Amino acid sequence: MNRIDQTFQGNKKLLSIYFSAGHPSLEDTVPILKALEVSGVDMVEIGLPFSDPLADGPTIQESSTQALKNGMTTEKLFNQLKDIRSHVNIPLVLMGYFNPIMQFGIERFCERCAEVGIDGLIIPDLPVGLYNEHYKSIFQKHGLYNMFLITPQTSDERIRYIDQVSDGFIYMVSSASVTGAKSTFGDTQSDYFKRINSMNLKTPQVVGFGISNSVTYQLATQWSRGAIIGSAFIKFLKENGVQKINSFVKSIRA
Amino acid sequence: MKYQVDEKGFYGDFGGAYIPEMLYPNVEELRQNYLKITAEPEFKKEFDYLLKEYVGRPTPLYYASRLSEKYNTKIYLKREDLCHTGAHKVNNTIGQILLAKRLGKNRIIAETGAGQHGVATATVCALMGIECIVYMGALDIKRQAPNVARMKMLGAEVRPAQSGSKTLKDATNEAIRDWINNPVNTHYIIGSVVGPHPYPDMVARFQSVISAETKTQLLEKEGRDYPDHVIACVGGGSNAAGLYYHYLDDKRVNIIAVEAAGKGIDSGESAATSALGKEGIIHGSKTLLMQTLDGQITEPYSISAGLDYPGVGPMHAHLFRSKRAEFISIPDQEAMDWGLTLSQMEGIIPAIETAHAFAALDIREFKPNEVVVFNCSGRGDKDLDTYIEYFKL
Repeated sequence: MNRIDQTFQGNKKLLSIYFSAGHPSLEDTVPILKALEVSGVDMVEIGLPFSDPLADGPTIQESSTQALKNGMTTEKLFNQLKDIRSHVNIPLVLMGYFNPIMQFGIERFCERCAEVGIDGLIIPDLPVGLYNEHYKSIFQKHGLYNMFLITPQTSDERIRYIDQVSDGFIYMVSSASVTGAKSTFGDTQSDYFKRINSMNLKTPQVVGFGISNSVTYQLATQWSRGAIIGSAFIKFLKENGVQKINSFVKSIRA
Repeated sequence: MKYQVDEKGFYGDFGGAYIPEMLYPNVEELRQNYLKITAEPEFKKEFDYLLKEYVGRPTPLYYASRLSEKYNTKIYLKREDLCHTGAHKVNNTIGQILLAKRLGKNRIIAETGAGQHGVATATVCALMGIECIVYMGALDIKRQAPNVARMKMLGAEVRPAQSGSKTLKDATNEAIRDWINNPVNTHYIIGSVVGPHPYPDMVARFQSVISAETKTQLLEKEGRDYPDHVIACVGGGSNAAGLYYHYLDDKRVNIIAVEAAGKGIDSGESAATSALGKEGIIHGSKTLLMQTLDGQITEPYSISAGLDYPGVGPMHAHLFRSKRAEFISIPDQEAMDWGLTLSQMEGIIPAIETAHAFAALDIREFKPNEVVVFNCSGRGDKDLDTYIEYFKL
């Protein structure tokens, strides 16, 4: 069974963390992953840095740019992750834009993912229609899940369609925005979370974008199976370093 | 071989809409409506009226007699430089603002490199009384002060793009981020035949007035509605798309696309995408783009700010791969020399982008009885500082 499915069994509210591979330092990837697992994080999205991350706000843009300056490449990331499965057991998802994956070669990329023990992918600029038509069979052959996003503007009809073709989880974008920490959620978000919750989808939902502290984490997970924190974690990491990861995770689950 | 977009939004291998889900509702709304709305008689009437009375169309198809004599062939210039605001860009912004109004949008965003598209967008927003925000690379804002001032005078807000290399590609990223953040009331007026489907097709259709007029004018002047060659500069490729549009399927017409070689194709400072680019995704479109082996998009270079885009519209990528069009690239120096030549032989100071196209005359042989149509896409006022510095005027 895919590790993602295992993790979603039961009713525990999940915490997932996103970070840009190669940031703050090039060789931080494995130490960060180990520290996140020890701290009790349930799943990790490892960001493949890209020069033009058009769905990301300033924090992830900067970490991505810094990672590239540090010399991160797709090949380097796979090499860093070579032995990751002898240390880390939680699901690992690679999240990145489509162009670097295309240049690496989609088949080869999936092969390497499977080799190192990646469980799934999130590719924000590969829409569900194009994925189904051209790439799904390659991903499936290598046992990789591909997760899709929905937003407050996504129509019910499209949500149903995405639910049908989804594996793992649905990435529920909290508001109409690029990534980046926002401090509060209002009624608009609650209404949206409730609306999706009441649709009784077959695929569990995880909320992302705008979750930065325990308050927003609580609100987001009230109507979903979990939440993903990216920008707030990256800021913390930049200021406090890998050693303090445990205190960040504790502050979210407080 | 089909050269127009297919029903899935592709030109051969290129095109499509590789967009994050956050953009899907907006792009889908456009896709479902652009053909329907632009076919409405009321839309057509208003579009044609504004092109005639406001932009100043039809633009002349001018027989360049001195050039023709020198190169021993028949050279015509499609005078898009005479459009209001000084370039072909306004054909598209007029079309898109009318479309945006019909979609109920009350806020316009745009990206701009040299500022020509920004000015054309700010102009139509002023005309319609609609809020306008133009994203422009922080570096370009410094380099193109007069156009920044024009946009401000027209009432637009110019927002600097501080990310990445702070030029056109980053301004485009920022405009896309703005659209993600404002999904309901905002229309994004893209300035070239780039971006996710339906933009490349939509912009090409609005620019196709260039070749529609050329056909009528040639028939009058030459007794046939097609030339032997059409030649245009290509950055993203909107003026070229406009000139080629009605000739794409007419094999009697040879298509020549001129890219900017910058300091030379092998110099590492170039914008010749067809020569240096590889298939990939940029700004929501699968096309040829300049990138590293690892798929990071690289920064192009050309002396003309309107040609230094790391990609090329998917229609042009298809014309290149299918060999329907002949692609050549011209270094800075030759383009600058042609700026001077056109000024002194025909009394027309061209934009530096436009000057690149004319350098084809030095590379290709044209026969005496052949008809060659150049798109004189923009005037050179905006480039005076560059010309002054370059020629020590």
